[in-house]
Amino acid sequence: MTSQEIHDILAQKFPASVVEFSDGILQPFIKIQAGDIDRIARFLRDDDQLQFDYLMCLSGIDLGENLGVVYHLYSTVHNHKIVLRAEAAKQTPDVKSVAPLWRTADWHEREAFDMLGINFVNHPDLRRILLPDDWEGFPLRKDYIQPDIYNGIRVPHPDHKEEANDRE
Amino acid sequence: MTVNNFPAVNVEFEKPGGIETDELILNMGPQHPSTHGVLRVILKTDGEIIKSATPVIGYLHRCFEKHAENVTWVQVIPYTDRMDYIASMNNNLGYVLGIEKMMDLEVNERANFLRIIVAELNRIASHLIFFGTYGLDTGAFTPFLYTFRDREKILDLFEEISGARLLYNYIWVGGVAFDAPDGWLDRVTSFCDYFMPKIKEYNDLLTFNKIFIERTANVGVIPPDLAINYALSGPCLRGSGIKFDLRKNDPYCIYDRFDFDVCIGKGEKGTIGDSWDRCWVRVAEMWESLKIIRQAVEKIPGGDAKSTVPKNVRVPKGEFYIRTETPRGELGYYLISDGSRNPVRVKVRSPAFVNLSILPAIASGTMVADLVVIIGSLDIVLGEIDR
Repeated sequence: MTSQEIHDILAQKFPASVVEFSDGILQPFIKIQAGDIDRIARFLRDDDQLQFDYLMCLSGIDLGENLGVVYHLYSTVHNHKIVLRAEAAKQTPDVKSVAPLWRTADWHEREAFDMLGINFVNHPDLRRILLPDDWEGFPLRKDYIQPDIYNGIRVPHPDHKEEANDRE
Repeated sequence: MTVNNFPAVNVEFEKPGGIETDELILNMGPQHPSTHGVLRVILKTDGEIIKSATPVIGYLHRCFEKHAENVTWVQVIPYTDRMDYIASMNNNLGYVLGIEKMMDLEVNERANFLRIIVAELNRIASHLIFFGTYGLDTGAFTPFLYTFRDREKILDLFEEISGARLLYNYIWVGGVAFDAPDGWLDRVTSFCDYFMPKIKEYNDLLTFNKIFIERTANVGVIPPDLAINYALSGPCLRGSGIKFDLRKNDPYCIYDRFDFDVCIGKGEKGTIGDSWDRCWVRVAEMWESLKIIRQAVEKIPGGDAKSTVPKNVRVPKGEFYIRTETPRGELGYYLISDGSRNPVRVKVRSPAFVNLSILPAIASGTMVADLVVIIGSLDIVLGEIDR
């Protein structure tokens, strides 16, 4: 099935949750309300026509005002793909978790939380995965500022003016 | 029950009164020879039985995705080398194919064939490391020496074509870094001739060894539906009997022009999806890779491999998810461009990261000694998990 056909099915079934469909680009995606993503994901997984049983990738992205979560789904039965995107405001980045549906989402969501601070509601064990537990801030946000001191250790970086003067 | 025809002796261990037994928390790693890098697994054990296993990762985190946002599109390629450092060619290939798709760039035919040859050679080299170290995990030292001897020959070929032995930066946007030197293709063929009988030797040494089968068969069984739910890929998925290979099911580069089989686990020595099956799939894949290399060497056209390398890489605005089959499974790059010189976002879907996430589900209820066998059979590379 093409992305257009899958979008039509979703728009008919969940008219309030499907925000828009970006057609005419290399990989079209369907934008979904962040609060409804788990319902729609369950439908996509369980419907006989669609059967998206394989979550290829789950990525967090920084869109400026909003934070986004992108789901790349694939069906090993029907051999079709779809891209979903959910967006949430940076102040309250709450997105429903899909980890109960696809267990692989567990670690992906932890990574997105770790790097971008997206709060996945209903996630079984949401904590940092790649960074140390005492890390402050979310490094992949575009407005992230690298700390000068980490656990009492001075962090050298090019924006550090004194450091640059010392080297001269 | 009798053991060795001796009459059974019933020994009953009396629990000393007043002593409470309890669970023991055991840290395996981060510095442990059988975790294949700096992986830490927190084990909750009851005697020799594992109650739960929780992997702790991130010890090797090098901020790949953050780096990628601060350098140009082309400058990311050497960083991709350093993720899965024993299959660097495959990492380069996935990233570069994604950019080419976004730029709508046609690639020179000779370069395409060279890419296939180096990617498949690297797949063999990676599986050889798996095979040797898996022998070490299960207590056999000899296969390790044999596989490293043969991997050395592949590294020599890579050194000749790219100048490097481990981190190649060989596959570039629009082509490859260097054309093959004189006689290189002949040396690839003679490597294939040399290596083909060696696979039988490995099987005699390890794969069909009685002790090895006892250690690995029926251990760490992954049922097919669980494998799909955890989105496993590569030999871990095929070991569970699912015929799924991106080179066949979602062909990229020019893989659709080659004739090869997808090997799956059949449960020959135990249950479908056990550790032995995963090992067997990798051994069989080396054979299939040799088939692809031979066809590629035969069909490779002449010409200049660098004719389509653009002087300036400008990636138009847009986003794309590309997935390729590396020795460990589905390596995905989710690339976002805003039309400027640097990527906006490079997200990596690392196959080893996803494959390791199944460990808690299959490790509980097994023996501590079997955990080493299970982790080994997933064939993880921590450089790629932590990125």
